[in-house]
Amino acid sequence: MTTVEERPHTGFGRTLRKEDVRLVRGKGNYVDDVRLPGMLHGALLRSPYAHAKINSIDTSAAEAHPKVLAVITGETLKGLGLAWMPTLSYDVQAVLATDKVRYQGQEVAFVIAEDHYSARDAVELIEVDYEPLPVVADAKKAMDADAPVIRDDKEGQTNNHIFDWESGDQAETDAVFANAEVVVAEDILYPRVHPAPLETCGSVADMDPVTGKLTLYTTSQAPHAHRTVYALVAGLPEHKIRVIAPDIGGGFGNKVGIYPGYVMSIVGSIVTGKPVKWVEDRAEHLMSTAFARDYHMRGEIAATKDGKILGLRVKVLADHGAFNATAQPTKFPAGFFHVFTGSYDLQAAHCTVTGVYTNKAPGGVAYACSFRITEAVYLVERMVDVLAYELKADPAELRMKNLIQPEQFPYTTKTGWEYDSGDYPKALQLAMDMAGYDELRKEQAEKRERGELMGIGVAFFTEAVGAGPRKHMDILGLGMADGAELRIHPTGKAVLRISVKTQGQGHETTFAQIVGNELGLPTADIDVVHGDTDQTPFGLGTYGSRSTPVSGAATALVARKIRDKARIVASAMLEVSPDDLEWEGNRWQVKGDPEQGKTIQEIAMAAHSSLELPEGVEGHLDATTVYNPPNLTYPFGAYICVVDVDKGTGGVKVRRFIAVDDCGVRINPMIVEGQVHGGLADGVGMALMQVIAFDEEGNHLGASFMDYLLPTSLECPSWELGETVTPSPHHPIGAKGVGESATVGSPCAVVNAVLDAIKPYGVRHADMPLTPAAVWGAMNGRPIRTDLAIP
Amino acid sequence: MEVTINLNGTPETHEVEPRLLLVHFIREKAGLRGTHWGCDTSNCGTCVVWLDGKPVKSCTVLAAMADGRSVRTVEGLEQGGQLDPVQEGFMECHGLQCGFCTPGMLMTARALLDDNPDPTETEIREAISGQLCRCTGYENIVRSVRWAAEKEQGGPVTESETPAEVTA
Repeated sequence: MTTVEERPHTGFGRTLRKEDVRLVRGKGNYVDDVRLPGMLHGALLRSPYAHAKINSIDTSAAEAHPKVLAVITGETLKGLGLAWMPTLSYDVQAVLATDKVRYQGQEVAFVIAEDHYSARDAVELIEVDYEPLPVVADAKKAMDADAPVIRDDKEGQTNNHIFDWESGDQAETDAVFANAEVVVAEDILYPRVHPAPLETCGSVADMDPVTGKLTLYTTSQAPHAHRTVYALVAGLPEHKIRVIAPDIGGGFGNKVGIYPGYVMSIVGSIVTGKPVKWVEDRAEHLMSTAFARDYHMRGEIAATKDGKILGLRVKVLADHGAFNATAQPTKFPAGFFHVFTGSYDLQAAHCTVTGVYTNKAPGGVAYACSFRITEAVYLVERMVDVLAYELKADPAELRMKNLIQPEQFPYTTKTGWEYDSGDYPKALQLAMDMAGYDELRKEQAEKRERGELMGIGVAFFTEAVGAGPRKHMDILGLGMADGAELRIHPTGKAVLRISVKTQGQGHETTFAQIVGNELGLPTADIDVVHGDTDQTPFGLGTYGSRSTPVSGAATALVARKIRDKARIVASAMLEVSPDDLEWEGNRWQVKGDPEQGKTIQEIAMAAHSSLELPEGVEGHLDATTVYNPPNLTYPFGAYICVVDVDKGTGGVKVRRFIAVDDCGVRINPMIVEGQVHGGLADGVGMALMQVIAFDEEGNHLGASFMDYLLPTSLECPSWELGETVTPSPHHPIGAKGVGESATVGSPCAVVNAVLDAIKPYGVRHADMPLTPAAVWGAMNGRPIRTDLAIP
Repeated sequence: MEVTINLNGTPETHEVEPRLLLVHFIREKAGLRGTHWGCDTSNCGTCVVWLDGKPVKSCTVLAAMADGRSVRTVEGLEQGGQLDPVQEGFMECHGLQCGFCTPGMLMTARALLDDNPDPTETEIREAISGQLCRCTGYENIVRSVRWAAEKEQGGPVTESETPAEVTA
């Protein structure tokens, strides 16, 4: 025993995490920790080419390896009808390539061996005869007349076009622009990045040949959605599939989709009759699993001369890679990008998004982006700074002048979002006060006099999370409502079962706190079961910051159902009418006679006893619910970043980062702050170092942590956090969700700071990542294209 | 070849391939799965263990190189049912989220405090700079190590709000 607390913790507030008890002891159970009797090991052969025809595959040497049990190719799968699988965007993706490979790192063959080392050895023994084809590495060339057609597997596909989509009123927007005093345009790239959780993807498939039941241990942020997709892919009956997501070493959206490796572990188990483990290495992870962004945006902003922003117009070219596998609600092929109007009160706005295929890995919606809101916020916050540059206005003042005002909520944007609640000026003012904004500007002016480069970057964001209302939102036809189930055992101990799945967010703690808060139960007495489809109700999983807004609401409501039922039981126990009872803390008591009352624990025992209950009231103290959110929730925040730039090298040092977040009611402030910290580090990384670039042959240039740079403790400053609390009016506990806020809001604050620092060089915009080379190039009139290594 | 490694005080002898990495010896042969693997290129540090008292990245050490030597892993931090102060610090200060980098961070933190019982924030940041964390933005890891340092120094530590269930 390390510590004992006198007062049991029953509600919201800082409380230590239940998860940590095992994790600090090295007793977590991640997928690679799973060991099953007789377990075999799989490894994938991947394409060295970005685009090539497969003439033949010779697996004989691999099959002759003494420890190899099977080698599976696309041809084998074709015979089983499993060569292709559906993506989450109604496209198909090759499980193992049959006709062609379409990106470097694509899955070509699967080896099953007695041990991991032997499987990897045998992969090297497979001979593939490839015929290289012309490559589309640059999305801007995907629609050229002479571009090779990447998806010639799709009937009727004659070019690399995937979709066109628009939002807002074009005519109204054009009219606003035509009459505006000031119009500024900028080309802005949000380059391809990868979420790179420290744990790569993997799975252990165990098909029981006797019962026909498949158990899949897998790195999944959405176990229930995965189960349904496997049922569709493999034709397995859904009740014979059990998906278990054990401890997950970070997800950030990377573990939402289904990868060929998962499917191959299942096929491998079916073929061999034994459990098969597949865990990819880091290069495989970075080359083939879900990337994020790759949005080429042209933004235009219209304003008056004195800085009243009137409208925004955006054209986006979206690079979706070789298979359209983005994970987002069906009706929104560009995710929630149409929240690009940001936090400002505009007269008009319009965007078009065109999605194209390229010879790159599939994905697109990953990395804590809240379904493309990251791109949207980056666009609008960069455009506001571009406008400030042209108007010679202070970027904080310009924002303050244009923010939606508190009395305008609920606020409907020009692209149809209904922002639920907010006090934006208060958050921005708090951030400015914490930063000492005016002092910083003075310091900057003094430094500029001395020729030193210091920058102050401001960004304001509005998120739209908690997808979502069933009538608007589904993925592959699965509505985005979440179930919750709560049982109170006879002795008053509770088990909550939820569909969402922590990848580090601390669900086992915060969801227990929600129940504790509703029922007055100590959180120590509440166990949270999740990550196992046989044990939990259906729901769409953890991504898009949806756990608290959707499953958190379901949890509060299922606890309230328990409370209502407990009232009836208590009324029977006390022989009074339920109407005469009032809830106080953890008990129902008689109004005006608080001595007469029953605690939730006493009620739980009585509910399981022989106590006679009113007609129609079932015994026990259990409840289930399904929560269908009436709207999204809209967290927001104001971020200020201070950087120093080395004039000689272009190197950037982030000196300070001030982050004011409003995510509504905070269940566990400690966990909320942790979520924000992590997202801020992501912002520093994306703004300054992270990029997945390609050369013109489609070679992936970020396939290890030596090439794909992530921020360390030395690049990150000590974060300075502030908060305002504007509860969501429609969420049962007023919470809004916070998991992705900082990742959404912070990149632009860093970029704006760097560009503010080098403003004396006449630089209005430069693309991420602002590496020393990129900054130096921008300062010296030689901007570089960061996403392509083409001289 | 046969390799014997003193693992957390217990000799582990196994017949291994010469190419077997220490991280795989620990995880697969000895069955201690607290030490994680994350990158193959010595960048992420989730595989950090002690080799003869010094932190090493066990994905870059062959098991054969550790033959006859001592290795300490995260499982060796808790002594006699008592968590090491760095483990407590990580719990107290929310120094972990997904927990995947945590074992490596804990081993580095323990080594730092043994070497420098009262490190500054900068010294802590330097010490963990060869390791990656994707969740915490490092802030709370730094605080966790400071918490442990203060506890070991007998200085003031932040008041715990540990509920009863967060106990061993």
